Amino acid sequence: MISTDTDILATAEAWAKAGRSVALATVIETWGSAPRPVGSHLVIDGEGSFQGSVSGGCVEGAVVEEAVEVIGDGAARTLEFGVADETAWKVGLSCGGRIRVYVEKVT
Amino acid sequence: MDLTTLAALNAERAARRATVLVTDVASGAQRLVKAADIAADPLAEVLGRQLRMAKSAMVELDGKSVFLTVQAPPPRVVVTGAVHISQAMAPMAKLLDLDLVIIDPRSAFATPERFPDVTLLTEWPDEALATLGLDAYTAFVALTHDPKIDDPGLEAALRSSCFYVGALGSRKTHARRVERLASAGFNEAAIARIHAPIGLDIGAVSPAEIALAILGEIVSTLRGPRRTPA
Repeated sequence: MISTDTDILATAEAWAKAGRSVALATVIETWGSAPRPVGSHLVIDGEGSFQGSVSGGCVEGAVVEEAVEVIGDGAARTLEFGVADETAWKVGLSCGGRIRVYVEKVT
Repeated sequence: MDLTTLAALNAERAARRATVLVTDVASGAQRLVKAADIAADPLAEVLGRQLRMAKSAMVELDGKSVFLTVQAPPPRVVVTGAVHISQAMAPMAKLLDLDLVIIDPRSAFATPERFPDVTLLTEWPDEALATLGLDAYTAFVALTHDPKIDDPGLEAALRSSCFYVGALGSRKTHARRVERLASAGFNEAAIARIHAPIGLDIGAVSPAEIALAILGEIVSTLRGPRRTPA
């Protein structure tokens, strides 16, 4: 069952070992009401396939997009999402919380 | 993340050993600290604290933002008794992400037909538990009503650092169990670790309701209640 964050890390390893380009996104900070706790993971491959979650589905699309870029240039980055974010109307958290997500490439 | 680090982290997790991955968020520098190495680590105090809470967290260290990915082993429930209650526990434990192991030497009870998709050991508890090992991330539940099977399991659980120990049985049955454990050398404090009567008091009647009460009590012990009674 792909429900625990450990399974996501196992998936990341399996994908990387199968030769796929892989990035790992991790919720590193949350403020207010956030859908997924700190430490939650999302694994993404170069094609944009993903497994896991960093929110209730609100910002995964944006994280996947950034992750594909991280896979391209190899540079880790920290993303922030929330209602105060200027992109709130596009990708924000309807619950009113804010989250920071660290995205890194598996090399 | 380095694939070697990721593989090492997953290997420790599979072996039910805790780790903390330390990531410098600005530079991307990373290192994996295994549970056994925490005491000797320069960050021993903060790593130990986060591991005890089993919580990943962002911390500020010497002006640097450092993220700690805490990997505690998945909680496991070890049960003696391939009985009706443990049959009901199997699908519930799966939904709760609790690894369930059922031990029962009676091969008529411990059949794959009755327990599909469950780790089922048709062995005596002392043998089975010696191989499994009971750790601080394990709950032990005795359900057979048969002292020959339950007692060796309970004794092993009380000697271990299991986070939960529970035993099914009426107050009378439990009183006799307490006498046996006392004469086996367990003191009052050790015996008091046993949750008996087992399970949250929800008035459970059917096997599934009893399974729910037991799993509810295990989750409550693991997480701790959060609301204060009004």
